[in-house]
Amino acid sequence: MSHHIVETAALQYTYPDGTAGLKGVSLRISHGESVALVGENGAGKSTLLLHLNGYLTPTAGQVRIGDYALTPDTLTAVRRSVGMVFQNPDDQLFMPTVFDDVAFGPLNLGLSGQEVERRVAQVLETVGAGHLSKRPPYKLSQGEKRSVAIATVLAMSPDILVMDEPTSNLDPLSRRRLIELLKTFKHTKIIATHDLDMALDLCERTIVLHQGRITADGLTEKLFQDEALLRGSCLEKPLRMQQCPVCAPRKKHPVRE
Amino acid sequence: MNKLSAQFLDIGYSDTLAGGNSFLHRLDPRAKLIATLAFIVTVVSFDKYAVSGLIPFCVFPITLIALGGLPAGYLLKKVLLVSPFAILVAVFNPLIDRQVLVRFGSLAISGGWVSFISIFLRFVLTVTAALVLIALTGFNQVCLAMAKFGMPRPFVVQLLFFFRYLFVLSEEAQRMLRARQLRSFDRRAMQWGTFVSLAGHLLVRTLDRAERIYLAMCSRGFDGRIRILRRMKIGLPETVFVLGWVLVFVFMRFYNVPSHLGALITGRLS
Repeated sequence: MSHHIVETAALQYTYPDGTAGLKGVSLRISHGESVALVGENGAGKSTLLLHLNGYLTPTAGQVRIGDYALTPDTLTAVRRSVGMVFQNPDDQLFMPTVFDDVAFGPLNLGLSGQEVERRVAQVLETVGAGHLSKRPPYKLSQGEKRSVAIATVLAMSPDILVMDEPTSNLDPLSRRRLIELLKTFKHTKIIATHDLDMALDLCERTIVLHQGRITADGLTEKLFQDEALLRGSCLEKPLRMQQCPVCAPRKKHPVRE
Repeated sequence: MNKLSAQFLDIGYSDTLAGGNSFLHRLDPRAKLIATLAFIVTVVSFDKYAVSGLIPFCVFPITLIALGGLPAGYLLKKVLLVSPFAILVAVFNPLIDRQVLVRFGSLAISGGWVSFISIFLRFVLTVTAALVLIALTGFNQVCLAMAKFGMPRPFVVQLLFFFRYLFVLSEEAQRMLRARQLRSFDRRAMQWGTFVSLAGHLLVRTLDRAERIYLAMCSRGFDGRIRILRRMKIGLPETVFVLGWVLVFVFMRFYNVPSHLGALITGRLS
């Protein structure tokens, strides 16, 4: 199935104010892969993500989603297959109730009322938010908002899930639940994050961005061992891969060396 | 947090009330909307010195509050909160219209005061009715009912978004104010420059947020039309509710209940 492939070729983007966002990013993510996109603040992660559903138009280079090169003509088809979960769920949940919000996408796809209701119930069940269906979004907790935001995207049955910082602002238990939930998805996943422990859990492959360029692309476990690379990109070894401060022999913190 | 903003944020509470499960809550929003509109139109249609004729109309909000199990004290507080507007509108009447209309012994009441009371009564009645409508139905449902009646879609969408982001925005403003307060120590009053900067930031942030929301809408196939799935049904209870109330309103409009009641009692006494 070639339509789950994400490909960019020499993607460049300069913001209107002249700031260079991306300086030539080429990558290929194939069907069913789960990829973490890591890098310092302002490395270009979000800018890259915004290209994947055609919100930003590259200054140079090309984006291909499955069989389509991203052009204004293919925009609808691409947006249908790329589900985007934003960092702030308040931006994503804009309808009066959770139900309306999840139904927003399917209704835009022109599905029938019954089919929409069935789908909404199903995806809300998937993310464990079935009981929230009638609640207004502003009354949900952060964790609930995040689950519902994911449901709104799942309801479109996308092939590719793109997420910006899915675990930010969550308490540890909600974060763990979210990770377990994401593990069950068979979609191609692209996750921009600073949460390297989550990347370790979810993504076998990691792409490191630094100042608008890809500085590394490979197996997550291997890349996260490379302290020089991580430091160069303002990152730090995932906590789980650092030595335990209680039981391990005393050693200076790698970053402060 | 200062008192006024606490009250402001409290608007969400009336929406919580709408989650109740009384017979009135379950009625189709359109029926409640029509009855309330009929109520408001009738109340406003009285002539400017009407006072006694208006009093029986309190039966509508009172019945709904009682049957819907709404907290009367809370609603009354909300009405008082906006009452300065009505007072401001009516306050010049006693000064301008000094013709004596009613005499209680040596106490003369001018037409201005009577119309002032009339305006205030109307204000209390109509605002209470509107608040009761929201508390029984929910803001969003009222909007959707209006949409079903053919109110232009853009207005409905504007209202829905307004209500959705009212809370987000006021929280944002609240946080900015708090941040300012915590660093301004003894300077209680906000300086003009600071205010301009705060307001400007709020505007820019709002624009940014609007952009992100639009982006979220686009990525879910937004094509300029908002579709909302909602089944509404007008059945027997709705018809009885609307017809019943409209009859009551018409009766009270053309038949001054208190004066006839008064005549009846005094007639018996004499």
